[in-house]
Amino acid sequence: MFSKISILTGYDKKGQAEAVEYLEINAGEIYSIVGFTGSGKTQLISDIEQMAQGDSVTGRRILIDGKAPEYTVRYNPESKLVAQLSQNMNFALEMPVRDFLIMHAESRGLEVSENLIEEIMKTANSLAGERIEDTDILTRLSGGQSRALMIADVAIISNSPIILVDEIENAGIDRRKAMDVLTRKGKIVLIVTHDPQLALIGSKRIVMSNGGIADIVALSDEEVIAERMINSITEMLFVAQNKIRSGQSIQLSELTFPEAL
Amino acid sequence: MNRPKVIVVAGPPACGKTSVMLHSIKSLQRLQKRVAVVKIDCLATEDDIRYRSVDVPVAVGLSEDICPDHYFVVNLEEMTNWAAAEKAEVLIIETAGLCHRCAPGVDKALAVCVIDCHSSIKIPEKIGPVLDTADIVIVTKGDSVSQAEREVFRSRVRSINSNAEIVEVNGLTGAGCEHLARLFSEKGDSADLVGARLRHPMPTAICSYCMGEMRVGTKYQQGAVYKMDFPEVLCSLK
Repeated sequence: MFSKISILTGYDKKGQAEAVEYLEINAGEIYSIVGFTGSGKTQLISDIEQMAQGDSVTGRRILIDGKAPEYTVRYNPESKLVAQLSQNMNFALEMPVRDFLIMHAESRGLEVSENLIEEIMKTANSLAGERIEDTDILTRLSGGQSRALMIADVAIISNSPIILVDEIENAGIDRRKAMDVLTRKGKIVLIVTHDPQLALIGSKRIVMSNGGIADIVALSDEEVIAERMINSITEMLFVAQNKIRSGQSIQLSELTFPEAL
Repeated sequence: MNRPKVIVVAGPPACGKTSVMLHSIKSLQRLQKRVAVVKIDCLATEDDIRYRSVDVPVAVGLSEDICPDHYFVVNLEEMTNWAAAEKAEVLIIETAGLCHRCAPGVDKALAVCVIDCHSSIKIPEKIGPVLDTADIVIVTKGDSVSQAEREVFRSRVRSINSNAEIVEVNGLTGAGCEHLARLFSEKGDSADLVGARLRHPMPTAICSYCMGEMRVGTKYQQGAVYKMDFPEVLCSLK
């Protein structure tokens, strides 16, 4: 394990030096990456994933504990430091959840025990709306169930210390809890998002513009309160969603607005 | 005449061979390498148009009636002569890659296998020789499956080829192709391939149908004719 990664920035789409020169992220920290579509969020993720050393279009360099990573860490997929989770990912294998988890754990050289499988199932089920059974077929899981299982699996089996999360807002899972699960083991989590609830989970936000890192914004005291308000709005929407899904009518008295509103 | 370094690219249809090569060629060009491309296919291809879009000389070979891998090896000497005349330092040959019975890799040329982890977890076993004999294995479409499946897929590849360099590439964005281009320019040497050996034997193709026979039935068949084994007849259908 390492204690921090550093990003030495390069150039934006116009070839101008990025506004932020240097950025350090410590183990256990959550940063969100924000900006309009086309602002360079995905390229930043790609630079980190590839551990760029001035050789990508942006010229950025990524350091681990102040040093350029070794060749194998950079290129050998078996020792890569980064695991990814994204909205576009789907399970493609036609097999029961349990068999798959065993296969994955074995491929990572882990000792497969009943406890391990149970821990993953329990974690996944704490995030998903509908219960996942270990006999369910992977490809038949719903979007939310798939996402929940992927998160639990990344957190527990894939031991990569850096996790890149790309737009999981519409996944139908408990996002706040998902982030707790991911950071539990001191991992660095970077979240690309347009969603205010997710963006405010990060202690800092990397603001992208024109292909470059334009600013780093720390979560303010006011935003800590804002986050609570946004969460309770989300919760209210969740209550309404559940009522509608179970065929009931929404009563005004059941919708509780955040106090500050 | 200076000989180019030859890179033979194989892999199942629609796994992303051309897309990955296009990104890699752009990266090779940034490294000041002169690249030429030969595309082998069976009946038709439009990949030459895609390759021309990155300003490289392109030759197309259509094997038509014969096995595209046989056609590839029959023409390999001429391909390298053409690329040398074009003053190319690197010749990328993209093969048709259809039946996976064989592998077009040749000694003294870099053998590259492209597979797509969206296809099937069994694909590494199914395409045996082409994966087994590769120097570089490129895994595509990892962005659309779970991290877990990507890792499982990778370990399957590793169990079949323990020496190859495995490179994960995104054919849409080109992520990973910078590294690939660097491997292309660092690994292997330019060489005269005359006298070099295939890494895996080609399939025999000497039955009556190879010679244009159209009629069905044993009595029309001559040459190397291999018949299937069937299970014992039990009359189990009622």
